[in-house]
Amino acid sequence: MAKLKLAIYWAAGCGGCDVAILDTNEGLLKIAEIADIVLWPVATDHKYEEIEKMADGAIDICLINGGVRNSENEHMTKLLRAKSKIVVAMGACAHQGGIPGLANLFTKETVLNRAYRETPSTENPDGILPVQRFSAQEGELIIPEFYNTVLPTAAVVDVDYFMPGCPPAIHQVAAVVDIIAKGDLPPKGAVIGASDKTLCDECTRPKEDRKVKKFYRPHEIIFDNQKCFLDQGIICLGPATRGGCGNRCTVKSNMPCRGCYGPAPKVHDQGTKFLSALASVIDSNDPAEINSIVSQIADPVGTFYRFGLAASYLRRKRSNEKN
Amino acid sequence: MYHADPPEVTKKLREMFYSAHYVHSHIAHFYALAAPDFVLGPDADPAVRNILGVVDKVGLPIGGEVIKHRGIAQDIQVMIAGRSTHLVWTLPGGVSKGITEEERAQIEEKAKSCVEFSKFTLQLFDDVVLKNKAYVDLILSEPYQLKTYYMGLVDQNDKVNFYDGKIKVVDPEGKEVAKYTPSEYLDNIAEHVEPWSYLKFPYLKKVGWKGFVDGKESGVYRAAPAARLNAASGMATPLAQEAYEKYITTLGKPVHATLANHWARVIELMYASERLLELAQDKSITDPNVRILPTETPTEGVGVVEAPRGTLYHHYKTDKNGFVEKANLIVGTTNNHAPISMSIKKAAMGLIKKGQVISNGILNMIEMAFRAYDPCFSCATHSLPGQMPLKLTIYDIHGKVVEQLERA
Ligand code: SF4
Ligand code: SF4
Repeated sequence: MAKLKLAIYWAAGCGGCDVAILDTNEGLLKIAEIADIVLWPVATDHKYEEIEKMADGAIDICLINGGVRNSENEHMTKLLRAKSKIVVAMGACAHQGGIPGLANLFTKETVLNRAYRETPSTENPDGILPVQRFSAQEGELIIPEFYNTVLPTAAVVDVDYFMPGCPPAIHQVAAVVDIIAKGDLPPKGAVIGASDKTLCDECTRPKEDRKVKKFYRPHEIIFDNQKCFLDQGIICLGPATRGGCGNRCTVKSNMPCRGCYGPAPKVHDQGTKFLSALASVIDSNDPAEINSIVSQIADPVGTFYRFGLAASYLRRKRSNEKN
Repeated sequence: MYHADPPEVTKKLREMFYSAHYVHSHIAHFYALAAPDFVLGPDADPAVRNILGVVDKVGLPIGGEVIKHRGIAQDIQVMIAGRSTHLVWTLPGGVSKGITEEERAQIEEKAKSCVEFSKFTLQLFDDVVLKNKAYVDLILSEPYQLKTYYMGLVDQNDKVNFYDGKIKVVDPEGKEVAKYTPSEYLDNIAEHVEPWSYLKFPYLKKVGWKGFVDGKESGVYRAAPAARLNAASGMATPLAQEAYEKYITTLGKPVHATLANHWARVIELMYASERLLELAQDKSITDPNVRILPTETPTEGVGVVEAPRGTLYHHYKTDKNGFVEKANLIVGTTNNHAPISMSIKKAAMGLIKKGQVISNGILNMIEMAFRAYDPCFSCATHSLPGQMPLKLTIYDIHGKVVEQLERA
């Protein structure tokens, strides 16, 4: 069988997804066996121009990690879409906008002002901001345009598969390499490298009646290391989140789920799904009491949409800017 | 922010985790980024000048060892904290779990293996680079030198520390000019803004920003491996100290050679491995009391560690509930932004001679000046993207453009 042509790209992400691929260890040798890597900026020496010269569809599989936050991310995402038969949005950023998507709670102007003018270490008496095109004595310098809104990959191009996680769990990266090697891909649009259950379904912490009168943040209470977090009044996104991560937080880290695997199967909006799960655990029928219990939940947007704001119904804070 | 001092065991666990993180990061940077240039040579075909090419050249068993030990380092982090990337284990006042005696014993065995692998890597550096006069000359050659200030975290004995201590700065002659605690960072460093970059340019506030120039009058400083070894007076573990002594004897001190970062990185790999082992052999590390509950009202705090690619500053201001209202971060590579720009320019000016054909090898040697600092930049990672090309414009003395070259 001819070797596959594989591209791996890092857009508006942190590099953790690339590390997750490295973390497959021997899996790397397997990748090298089944595929010729035509682009992987973190590990190989290929230039964008080589991709531009390729025929459309010349790349068999492209894994894109990171969403779209600037014009370079958009250009490369569109270019790789055109050149690839299959595009996989890998990791929470590509899948849902991820942590960078939380910047959608601010405008571009606020972000740039904060970074370049207001931060206490910055000395910028002339209030200079980065500009897209700058004429220096040596020639014109061009940097990407910073957008107002962070977008998940699917908001910019047609995506064939979604692979959740921040970053995807190592055993799932290995599993995806396996299905690619076998040519065993599910129907287009599927979520791969995850399970079709909720995290709660897979969690080994015994669940009790889940009747909550008071919510705690993890640092406010010495919690029971065995019991379900929600039973203890600690927000755990398990009921609204897709499983498959191997319980790396709830069981292996002894910490509640933050929702990086995205909405549970058949759920579009993780935050609203969690809110409805939450409503059923609050132990009260008195509206005033319910109100006071709910108001103990700190930072609802950041908690319910930590990884998914950019792909949620909310998407961003209202702003008049175009993107 | 929370003014909560975690238990001693927690500090040890965090340092152990962090040492394992260094082992992973330094192995990846050295083998995936530096080794292709040295093992295969700066002129090698770009198609093979990567980690797979290195494995091909040094042989699969050695490649297997590289992969294995980077993997071990990641496994140790998972054993301690539950996951390696984006851990969720840290809490104000402590961590969410400790380790068992069984886990400690396993980590000890893995750490021993990392020490052996670090010995091997130092030997490899010796055989491939130091025994090759052309490479040593390259490291010491003028195009790759910058005489700047140097920054790094040091412990009470003035040795390199990644996790805790004071930030020390030495001048281009190696003389100490500052030693400060994290909360004093604003008195000591500031950041300059240029319109053509999203990344700012930190400099020493008391010396001032004088533009993209080196020397004592310019506030430009460097961070990361070679800078840390310049700032401190040695390494806190025996084998790393031995390697450090050889490094200083060969290169002098302070070391101004940008490419020496690779050597310094391998010495730090040894330190991280030895420190990992020391901590794993400390039986008190299995103490299960890894948390206290913070009692004070959170306000503000500054934390500093040495990230693999430079001093990392986190500064947060919170409301009374501990919600971050303002944050300011100066992260590893940002410290080196001005020096990176200067190193590229100097390498280009030194390596390109009038009338000479500019080969791919020369362009790669200019990129090497960048890669010595950081693999996180896509440029440093062997890929100069379309919108940020390495473009060389060569002028004659009258300012007329003689030649323009771009990475094909
Ligand atoms: S999904 Fe997580 S690990 Fe992957 S790029 Fe985004 S922030 Fe990084
Ligand atoms: S709420 Fe969290 S801790 Fe409880 S069962 Fe679900 S995933 Fe597990």
